[in-house]
Amino acid sequence: MSAKENLTRIAADQIKVRHHPAGTVAVVGNPNSGKSTLFNRFTGLRQKTGNYPGVTVERHSGIARADNAAVELMDLPGMHALSAYSIEERIAVDVVLGRMPGIDRPTGIVAVVDATRLYQGLYLLQQLLELDLPVLVALTMTDAAKAGGLSIDLEALQQHLCGVTVCPVVATTGQGMTALRDALMQLPQQAPAKPPEFWPRLATEVQQLAADLPASMTRTEIERALIDGSGALETHVIGELGDGGHERLQQARQRLFGDIPPLAEEARHRYDWVRKLLPDVQRQAPVLTTWKTRLAAWVNRPVPGTAGLFLVMAVVFQAVFAWATPLMDTIDAGTAMLSALVMENMPAGALASLISDGIIAGVGSVIIFLPQILILFLFIIVLEDSGYLARAAYLMDRAMRSVGLSGQSIIPMISSFACAVPAIMATRVIPNRRDRIATILAAPFMTCSARLPIYALLIAAFVPHTDIGFVNLQGLVLFGLYMLGIVAGLLTTLMLRKTALHGPKPAFALMLPEFRMPNARTVLMQLRGRATVFLRRAGTVIFAVAVCVWALAYYPQSDGVASDLLEERAVAAISLTGNQLEETYARLDNEAAAAQLEQSWLGRAGKFVEPVFTPLGWDWKVSAAVIAGFPAREVVIAVMGTVYAVGDSADDATLSERLRAATRADGSLIFTLPMVFGLLIFYAFCMQCAATLAVIRRETNSLRWPVFAWVYMTSLGYIGALLVYQLGSL
Amino acid sequence: MTLESLQHGKRYVIVAVACADPMVQRLMVLGLVEGAEIELVSIAIGGDPLEFRLYGMSISLRREHARFFAVSPLANVS
Repeated sequence: MSAKENLTRIAADQIKVRHHPAGTVAVVGNPNSGKSTLFNRFTGLRQKTGNYPGVTVERHSGIARADNAAVELMDLPGMHALSAYSIEERIAVDVVLGRMPGIDRPTGIVAVVDATRLYQGLYLLQQLLELDLPVLVALTMTDAAKAGGLSIDLEALQQHLCGVTVCPVVATTGQGMTALRDALMQLPQQAPAKPPEFWPRLATEVQQLAADLPASMTRTEIERALIDGSGALETHVIGELGDGGHERLQQARQRLFGDIPPLAEEARHRYDWVRKLLPDVQRQAPVLTTWKTRLAAWVNRPVPGTAGLFLVMAVVFQAVFAWATPLMDTIDAGTAMLSALVMENMPAGALASLISDGIIAGVGSVIIFLPQILILFLFIIVLEDSGYLARAAYLMDRAMRSVGLSGQSIIPMISSFACAVPAIMATRVIPNRRDRIATILAAPFMTCSARLPIYALLIAAFVPHTDIGFVNLQGLVLFGLYMLGIVAGLLTTLMLRKTALHGPKPAFALMLPEFRMPNARTVLMQLRGRATVFLRRAGTVIFAVAVCVWALAYYPQSDGVASDLLEERAVAAISLTGNQLEETYARLDNEAAAAQLEQSWLGRAGKFVEPVFTPLGWDWKVSAAVIAGFPAREVVIAVMGTVYAVGDSADDATLSERLRAATRADGSLIFTLPMVFGLLIFYAFCMQCAATLAVIRRETNSLRWPVFAWVYMTSLGYIGALLVYQLGSL
Repeated sequence: MTLESLQHGKRYVIVAVACADPMVQRLMVLGLVEGAEIELVSIAIGGDPLEFRLYGMSISLRREHARFFAVSPLANVS
């Protein structure tokens, strides 16, 4: 680079020239082909995340920039073929064909092809070449191919693909990215790719139909209408063909496919082309077995594989609890310190109480669970990216079948131990609607990370920390609660599959990706995304609820209570001195705080519903906390913290100590063992999460299922708690 | 002989597919078509589903679908 060029470049950098994107390029490829890693490499943190209209499938887009050009990239869900099978594939196909409302047809395609899986990759690529768009091939996993003794002849490949540019890359290390980026910047100006001929008769039929169709109709659209049949595209083609359109389509089908299913014939012809091409473009050298193939073989052997799965789960849960503790303690101490600081330095009154007891305590009680959630998400992301979760689906298929589901439901189920919301979204890989809904309704039963705070608090406060053999009693109770969630979820599915969701047994077929070391960058980007979502919830919904609850507990301020307190303190000051006086002051303050809370809005609401919960052994404070927890169950801890801490002078007493000391008017303990276990069961079953209900509504596209889930789970929680308390108190 | 009854360590070629079932058609789109070379990798606990390897990829399916794929053994391959 000459000095002059260098100067221009520096000048350009300094004034930050922003080139307008020259076009929108869709990143298309098989699942697990390294598509998202590539997309992240190009767009970095300049990504936009939204939703496709009408569905909750995330839409990722971003701008890829070079020195003097820019291109907008869209990362589409992974797909195997243009004959869509799942909802995610349907979306990818609609976007590629320009049939997604509100999204323009892309101006180019980056086809991501996994070098180790050319067989499937070329099938999709052949279809993409028919789109009448410029296509660029990013050949990923070239390092893995090399390690596996697979050599690919790029020239031969480009020749077979009629001259389409093929860029070999290693997306994880960035090797080959410069060449790919340069080719990408040129892509929108390139001529459309020429499709290789694979079935002349199909091409002829399509041409004949195209002659009577508007020029805007692409070859792919006509092909899909012919082959996939039924659906909007076929109706559209028939409409454009005018009178006799339906018959023409039928006749063309009869000539092409006879009585054989069109999709089967298409697959046969396309794979014939792929199989003829493969020996020319790739050569497999004999290689020694690698650690990956040995690991895969071992993991898939029935007994060690299944045992290994349980071991992995055990390690994950152990990590969530053991590793998060130091961090949680730090956050806890920090919040308490901040709260005390506010109380000392601000004049006593509504504002100090709001900041200390409402805002700091409320937000703190949510942030404290961030370490656990991050660790859990980290494990799930790593397991998913390494290819292990697909193995888990394979291993568990048989067991899941006994409750009327397939192995594919295991991935959403495992994810819902972190949070039911992403888990319900993950059910999109399940093609059948009945199987999908059954999985969606089972997912909220799994112990999500928002239930953990309540479990952790109640277990730490009321279950003795004793060892029974190797295991700790507290850990055992927690394990029991996890199992309770799993059993209840699976029984629910079983019941639904026998009744409302009765239907044929779910099918199961799954590609099992190779084991691979997850890419740290991709893992961290995903983790960052999920942490942001969690904190956004903590910062908005939970924060809002915490402040509302504080206000409900603080107002109306009773003049009577305040003046009574002053009066009683004055009386005490006459007769008592020193320590005795201090103790009496503290007792009087507590009593006044309790009286104030009791006549607050929250206290009144708690009392109003108390009769409903009396059979469960709850007082109005617990009832009030439960009411406040219906929009988001993680709020319950914040509410309990507020309910038991507002105006309380004993700042150093922990919440659990306060719960243990809580009594009724007659002096009897509220938190007896049967009541605590009932409360735990209530939280195990009860549907207290507005976000989950909203996502069920969107994913099932009906009101029926969220309403059913809420009524069913809440009644189950109530009945469970009732039985445990009543039987336990006998 | 069908995909249901492959022996470990031997290679086979798919010779005919009974393709009426939509799931079978999907498996064909995934590459299980006549002419494809395939071998058995593993059997999950309880004897189902099965894992196969074809052209460097692993795919798992259940016996109920495996029986729609007729295969014949490939000679002279260890």
